[in-house]
Amino acid sequence: MFALVMISLYLLALLLIGRWAHVGYSRHTASDYYVASRSLGPFMLVMSIFGTTMTSFALVGSTGEAWREGIGVYGLMASWSGIIHSACFFLIGVKLWHFGKLYGYNTQVQYFRDRLQSPTFGLLLFVVVVSLVIPYIIINILAAGETIQILTKGALPSLFPGTAGAVPQALGSAVICFVVFVYVFGGGARSTAWANVMQTLSFMVLGLIALVVIAINLGGPVAASQQVAELRPDLLVRGAAAGHEARISHLEFLSYVFVPLSVAMFPHLFQNWMTAKSAKAFRVTVMLHPVFIMLVWAPCILLGIWASSAMVDGQLVVPLGWKDPNKVLGMMVDRLTPPFFAGVLAVGVVASTLALDTQFLVLATMFSHDIVMHYFGRERFDDQKQILLGRVFVVVIAVIAYLLSAFAPRSVFTLGVWCFTGFSSLFPLVFASLYWKRLTKLGAFTSVLTALAVWLYFFQEANWGLSRDYRFHGLMPVVPTVLASALALVVVSLLTKPPAAEVVGRFFPKDA
Amino acid sequence: MTALARNYYRNRNIMWVLFVLLLVLHHDWWFWNDGRLVFGFLPIGLGYHMLISVAAGLLWGWASFYAWPPELEGEPEKDAASGT
Repeated sequence: MFALVMISLYLLALLLIGRWAHVGYSRHTASDYYVASRSLGPFMLVMSIFGTTMTSFALVGSTGEAWREGIGVYGLMASWSGIIHSACFFLIGVKLWHFGKLYGYNTQVQYFRDRLQSPTFGLLLFVVVVSLVIPYIIINILAAGETIQILTKGALPSLFPGTAGAVPQALGSAVICFVVFVYVFGGGARSTAWANVMQTLSFMVLGLIALVVIAINLGGPVAASQQVAELRPDLLVRGAAAGHEARISHLEFLSYVFVPLSVAMFPHLFQNWMTAKSAKAFRVTVMLHPVFIMLVWAPCILLGIWASSAMVDGQLVVPLGWKDPNKVLGMMVDRLTPPFFAGVLAVGVVASTLALDTQFLVLATMFSHDIVMHYFGRERFDDQKQILLGRVFVVVIAVIAYLLSAFAPRSVFTLGVWCFTGFSSLFPLVFASLYWKRLTKLGAFTSVLTALAVWLYFFQEANWGLSRDYRFHGLMPVVPTVLASALALVVVSLLTKPPAAEVVGRFFPKDA
Repeated sequence: MTALARNYYRNRNIMWVLFVLLLVLHHDWWFWNDGRLVFGFLPIGLGYHMLISVAAGLLWGWASFYAWPPELEGEPEKDAASGT
């Protein structure tokens, strides 16, 4: 019951913060609704971007994976992301912000249409990007509802006898969609920025508190880790140990570097970048983002490996043969923290599932700008009509996203990694657009179509995403997908007519 | 070429070298099978990668001050209306 109360209070706080951001700070212009008038300073930007990039995997998933696979999960995902995310923010995000400020872009499609002088390319990119974001949204909606169901078990037995008193997943998902829809509808980018600050603080602080409390109840971190060294030494290494096979191959570990390249083309991150007050606001983000990742992931990895061997009253907290890694964190909290703490941690876990807000907003922004205003004429829409258009699409997207999640098969979760692969395959395009004057429209078209074809090929080879461990000669499929996309871009660009000097001049200013 | 631009190009080259070095250091084959616990509780492989995260923050923090593109020194004057 306490968890349900804490989650409810948190959601109410989100509504109030969203309302406060809208009433107190909004300038009631379209620029303010979509990109917060490009006014966010360093603190808001780093919290907002971090909150957007962290997902439900950051707390629940990472703990479960560490319980199953050991410490290698950190090197595989967290430290690679720290290096590559900040590289993308510095090398790509700042430049895109600069052009966004100069030429008034709110979406990636607007930028690429202008950069490549091709409305048709913009339409292709729109379809590809939206197709990749939709599964991501569905997964977040389902994860939020599932998390609430797990955490509220026993809260309302008379109301929900079928789920042992827990709020059913469908209802939890609906409530989350509604709360997010309300504050995005009302305050747009400004509300989502403040909500992200709250979310980021929640899951950073609560993750650290969980680590300390659980460590104390396991007899201290030394005792907890020594237990793992005795019972599951294989989780302390990535190679072979104590009769266990190697957790991961060197080649696969290396190939994971391509996965975090996806952030360069996340449309919701692009929109976050556009909210920055100045280019210099990015400095704090590039510096602190890897450290923030460490502060969230390292405690979860420790909790995960401790979970493999933790005992209470002589019995394993997570029983031998347990199959569901997503429940491991909840089980550790349930057995090794005071009763009220599960409610407190529930807030952090729910917070980590709420990246939905920027995803709702970005789809509303893309449909309103890249389709309606582009094809019907922007001049028909004054500021108030632009805001209204965005709000209409927020409603439509929230409803459709919820309905899709209600009918989505369980296997949609396997799409998560494939969505990242898809976005990563577009990295060569955005990098070349900013650093290579010779990129041509046809090179861009070929790159995207090649990425799509190669992605589909590997997706069906992996049994339409169901084969979790599918590898291409030991490599993650993202590697050949990115390389094929890059090769197609370079070869076709060199074989086709260079872009006009006037266009190149707008995006490659002369050296000082 | 101005002094600022010369420093920028030099520092940019240093940035790329350090970036590649970090990518290489990320693959810590020397700790691959090492299950030692640092301070009694922290697996050495995990601790090393936590330091990699800190190093990444330091690298990009340094780059954002000393390898900052000169064309971004002055903020763009134009704040165009939303959309194109």
